[in-house]
Amino acid sequence: MKAIVDKKKCTVCGVCSDACPMGAITVGETHVDISDDCTLCGICVDTCEFGALSLPQVGTGPEEDLGLYSGVWVWAEWRDGSVHRVSHELLSAGRMLADKRSAPLCAVLLGSGLKENLSRELITFGADVVYVVDRPELARFTDEAYANVLVELIRTRKPEILLAGATSTGRSFIPRVAASLRTGLTADCTELDISEDGHLLQTRPAFGGNVMATIICPNRRPQMATVRPRVMKPLVIAGHEGRIENVSVPDECLKSRVEVLEVIPEQDQTARLTEAEVIISGGRGLRKAENFALLQELAGLVGGAVGASRGAVEEGWICPSHQVGQTGRTVAPSLYMAVGIAGAIQHVVGMQGSKFIVAVNKDPQAPIFDVAGCGVVADLFEFLPAFIRKIRQERGETS
Amino acid sequence: MHIAVCIKQVPDTRNVRIDPDTHTLVRQGVESIINPFDLFAVEAALRIKDDTDAKVTALTMGPPQAEEALRETLSRGVDEAVLLSDRAFAGSDTWATSTTLAAAVRKLADVDLVICGKQAVDGDTAQVGPEMATLLDIPYATLVRSIEWTSGGDLKVTRQTDEGIEIWKLPLPSLITVLKEVGEPRMPSLRHKMRAKKAQIPVWGAADLGLSPDSVGLCGSYTQVVRVFSPPRRSDRVFIEGSVEEQAEALYRYLKEAKVPGI
Ligand SMILES: Cc1cc2nc3c(=O)[nH]c(=O)nc-3n(C[C@H](O)[C@H](O)[C@H](O)COP(=O)(O)OP(=O)(O)OC[C@H]3O[C@@H](n4cnc5c(N)ncnc54)[C@H](O)[C@@H]3O)c2cc1C
Ligand SMILES: Cc1cc2nc3c(=O)[nH]c(=O)nc-3n(C[C@H](O)[C@H](O)[C@H](O)COP(=O)(O)OP(=O)(O)OC[C@H]3O[C@@H](n4cnc5c(N)ncnc54)[C@H](O)[C@@H]3O)c2cc1C
Repeated sequence: MKAIVDKKKCTVCGVCSDACPMGAITVGETHVDISDDCTLCGICVDTCEFGALSLPQVGTGPEEDLGLYSGVWVWAEWRDGSVHRVSHELLSAGRMLADKRSAPLCAVLLGSGLKENLSRELITFGADVVYVVDRPELARFTDEAYANVLVELIRTRKPEILLAGATSTGRSFIPRVAASLRTGLTADCTELDISEDGHLLQTRPAFGGNVMATIICPNRRPQMATVRPRVMKPLVIAGHEGRIENVSVPDECLKSRVEVLEVIPEQDQTARLTEAEVIISGGRGLRKAENFALLQELAGLVGGAVGASRGAVEEGWICPSHQVGQTGRTVAPSLYMAVGIAGAIQHVVGMQGSKFIVAVNKDPQAPIFDVAGCGVVADLFEFLPAFIRKIRQERGETS
Repeated sequence: MHIAVCIKQVPDTRNVRIDPDTHTLVRQGVESIINPFDLFAVEAALRIKDDTDAKVTALTMGPPQAEEALRETLSRGVDEAVLLSDRAFAGSDTWATSTTLAAAVRKLADVDLVICGKQAVDGDTAQVGPEMATLLDIPYATLVRSIEWTSGGDLKVTRQTDEGIEIWKLPLPSLITVLKEVGEPRMPSLRHKMRAKKAQIPVWGAADLGLSPDSVGLCGSYTQVVRVFSPPRRSDRVFIEGSVEEQAEALYRYLKEAKVPGI
């Protein structure tokens, strides 16, 4: 199977041929031709101004009555005794979806020794029901136990939609839930909506953020998505009421073939990149390890974390857990400040989801300026101290 | 021990940058490379082979030219390779991809450990590893940065999570997805290159795997891409000019107005 060309509409302009990542489109005399190299990625479809390209449709049709499923569920992640911020965000997104479907919004809380205030907090953010499974076997995360319990709950209660944070934990065990239930899963969504006929419209970046795709799961339920943290806005619903239901599950579900031997939380708070609101990142432009102290100082001032390019990591100036990019962490803080970083695509794919991007570089041609919302062309060794002074001065501190 | 390594051929992004006006990829030709994380998966397998003389088989599902990627793994020291290729596989989502790969691992019959990359840099889902393990009904660990063995012959892996580090023990057979910390990929060697050039690479299609055409590819997929578009472009980029003091002042105002936390 391959993309479909409407020969009447094709103007042989060749735009699709340039856009095809597989090189599968050749421009003929009267219309383009698509070779067997087509992987049905769909990139060409959007580039065609004339609507001449389309993809074949999926599937074999629903195998069961999809109308049996209702309600929007959120897997509520927590740690250190409090609810993870992404779960607040998902409840707010889930509330909107549930209201459009006139269905309840439910949160699922898994763990051991869970305090009631966690459930109360989930209700404040919009949950109508909180299902709690509190078992010692769930004290530490394992993919198998967490997934099996969630599968059991979904099989018995049949929600129409399930959302989870695209955190390291969510992205690890949610695929097991989807595969066990034989349903589709969309990864790392940045936008959610629902169509009139109940399709969850899941929009996500792919190809390192250079392409956005809207994905549906037409024939299976629940419709499942992991959602990128810090994209949806968390909203407290004052006076919202809900109930808490403790659910017992068969012991069988709690078994895990994996044994967790040790959990060592990251001590260096500045390396907690995926949770930081602000990241100050440094590259090869910093010239030596000691100069990272400048970034540490600025990060300390604004309560942020310190990131790095692979260039800086390879020089040995900072440890690899700080690396942002294709082979490092993917981050999306409110502010990402790239200092002395050229902006290679492998770096950019790890940070372009950030809300505000500020680039400081002495080379006005540096590619980092193409993704930055705000560019500062300057020598970092002059600019950073001035910027730090400015912040201290505004706060009435002396440096 | 028999290790299966799953590799994916992806479009090369090395010489690519983003066109600031159209916000699309600017490519110099369309070359394909092995997904960078999968080179680490290959390296992880070869390191185990160095210590235990395990047999390593590379698998890829893709169009016929994906054979090239398999030859590259052979030239780095992988023992055997199998190409999973069939028109029916086109348009696979992660479920259909996992179905196909799991069937191939089953057909190999004696696989003790499956190693995948953390994620593919084009599809970017990181779902194929966990879904494949679920279909094979074997335990798995994602985000693995180092691999050791217990005296009992179980795997002992270190995982890098958002919050820190976890050490897990897994019985074999199992599946892991790996990060770059498992070790810098070795270079192809002359000896292996010669072997790679001559190697016969079997091609398995849906029928060879005992899969019906409607359980794979687009037909066997549960998700459907309905629209692909370029991300909305960041329109209002500003450059801050002036002396460094003026720049510092202007950036401070800019961030303050944008209500950036911490400023
Ligand atoms: C498979 C693969 C995976 C990769 N993964 C990643 C990844 O995950 N993350 C990543 O970051 N990279 C990754 N890379 C590497 C990437 O391609 C670049 O090589 C790397 O990001 C460059 O780092 P840099 O920008 O710090 O260094 P450089 O390219 O050396 O850039 C330094 C910049 O600092 C500026 N500068 C110098 N002095 C000053 C000064 N005094 N004041 C202000 N500016 C100054 C220069 O103008 C320049 O723009 C990967 C590459 C490959 C092939
Ligand atoms: C724009 C776009 C968006 C998409 N979004 C989704 C989505 O949200 N959900 C979904 O189910 N599908 C999605 N797909 C389809 C998905 O890209 C394909 O199913 C792809 O074959 C596997 O997914 P991946 O590239 O994300 O791999 P990942 O799951 O990220 O790959 C992880 C590892 O699995 C192994 N692996 C992956 N593919 C292969 C292969 N072909 N051969 C051998 N080993 C392999 C490698 O070791 C790799 O490192 C999307 C496709 C496109 C074009």
